[in-house]
Amino acid sequence: MKTGKKYPFLFLLPYGALFVVFIILPIIVAIGLSFTDFNTIQFPNFVGFTNYINIATQDSIFMQYVLPNTVTYALIVGPGGYCLAFLLAWAIAQLTRIPRTILALIFYSPSLTAGTAMAVLWKIIFSGDESGYLNAVLINLGVINEPIAWLSTAAYILPIMIIVGLWSSMGVGFLAILAGIMNSDEELYEAGAIDGIKNRFQQMIYITIPTMKSQMLFAAVMAIVNTFNNGTIGVQLTGTNPTPGYAGQLIVNHIDDYGFLRYEMGYAAALSVVLLLIIALFSKIANKLFAEKE
Amino acid sequence: MAGYKGNGINPSHFDRGQIKIYIILLPLAIFMLFPLVFIFCHAFKPATELFAFPPKFYVVNPTLGNFSAMFKSAANAGIPMSKYVFNSILVTFVVCFAGIVISTMAAFALSKMKFKLRGVVFQINQAALMFVAAAVLIPRYLIISGLGMVDTYWAHILPLIAMPVSLFLIKQFVDGVPDALIEAASIDGASPFRIYRSVILPLVKPAIATGIILAFQQCWGYLDSSNNFINTESKKTLAFYMNTLANANNMVQGQGVAAAASLIMFIPNLILFIYLQKDVMNTMAHSGIK
Repeated sequence: MKTGKKYPFLFLLPYGALFVVFIILPIIVAIGLSFTDFNTIQFPNFVGFTNYINIATQDSIFMQYVLPNTVTYALIVGPGGYCLAFLLAWAIAQLTRIPRTILALIFYSPSLTAGTAMAVLWKIIFSGDESGYLNAVLINLGVINEPIAWLSTAAYILPIMIIVGLWSSMGVGFLAILAGIMNSDEELYEAGAIDGIKNRFQQMIYITIPTMKSQMLFAAVMAIVNTFNNGTIGVQLTGTNPTPGYAGQLIVNHIDDYGFLRYEMGYAAALSVVLLLIIALFSKIANKLFAEKE
Repeated sequence: MAGYKGNGINPSHFDRGQIKIYIILLPLAIFMLFPLVFIFCHAFKPATELFAFPPKFYVVNPTLGNFSAMFKSAANAGIPMSKYVFNSILVTFVVCFAGIVISTMAAFALSKMKFKLRGVVFQINQAALMFVAAAVLIPRYLIISGLGMVDTYWAHILPLIAMPVSLFLIKQFVDGVPDALIEAASIDGASPFRIYRSVILPLVKPAIATGIILAFQQCWGYLDSSNNFINTESKKTLAFYMNTLANANNMVQGQGVAAAASLIMFIPNLILFIYLQKDVMNTMAHSGIK
């Protein structure tokens, strides 16, 4: 449609204004502040790359706990949750309509509340005394004799976070993959059969995935964002920031710790930039895997 | 093509080949469903069952006691729960409505109008799909305080309205509206605003439904604004109050109230999704990133 310059501008203006103020500008401010020693009280001084150098060399908690935790959590919940989403979508696509709809709803519904409201539920299940449900079950089965303080024992916190993360990872991406599979072209499968594709697994690798690469990419981006958006789950489960022994500390918690508890905003901003770069790196990898080649 | 038995996708009736899929999926479905059933049971347990040892998974004598305790504790704190509910409904409604209006407008421009920077703008929005708000909470706070919106409803509303995912999905859907339809309306003398209202909006209803669900999910449970941008208790949202209940005490009686609170946060999401799921699946079919 030819409209001249006025109309595209008018139609984009409301979205564009809010997008710039609340998405682009915060990123720019974060980058700007990351080169300063802003502490909310004094006027910020320019300190160059000091904050970044400190992250890499001085912040032993970051290097020892936060970064390894974040990478472990993100690699398992991100790609792991993504593969699980694909396999589940692929499996339920082979069922008749009504059971498929019910199962899709069951798998999708944990993601509806995205962690926050459900933290209480996991707290009750993993409660540390013998009235905790997991403890009661395990004691009943004779697996353990004493109740385990799941959420205050460093060794268990990250695995519990990963289970909760995976549980709520069948989000929008899962629905996109399911829709992609449901809409795949029947003729391609017939042609594939002529070319010697024998079983469902080969169908999945040679036909299903290549024909829905664009949906796979969208789902991958959604999986990455979901993973990092749920990054505060450790603090919600344990109820403290920092988490006991820093065992469930992810970058998002570390940012809050420095930003809102210690008011070292410049340093927190540098951490934010590092997080955004990690997310961008993940997306880059997803793009490499699924982008359609020209 | 002697051996071809169909691709197995979307079968019209049950056959034995599906049994193995059910065998694999059922345990997983139970694992996914278990916590939801658990919280549902827990919310209706009377005190005797909450204290029961060993604890029971299911509820024997369901009661609404936890819900009434929840309302009472709000009243005791000086702010009736209806105030939080009102705040949440107001904020969520405005975010969903305004979000849909601006996303559909922008989607129409990006999909159907020809202008120089169209490709660039769409690419920027696509890159913003991976935007994680939690990473820039502090700069957002500084911006909101710079705009003088701390402790106002705007602080709840404005940061959430522009949703890149929503624009992206609606734009992909608008791409499917035939250009001929728009040309025809244009020749009949319809202005772009008229085309937007009478041609585009009615044809992209599934994408609008999806946008509403995504905005609702994000807004209904949003805590950052109440935690960081709002100081006055009576301007905070239900999500915030529910979260304080959930964190307040880990005593057994508190658990029942917390479970009831979680259930109240969860149920509207579930109902909305069940009601609109056909539209969502329809939209997701167009969700590919090229």
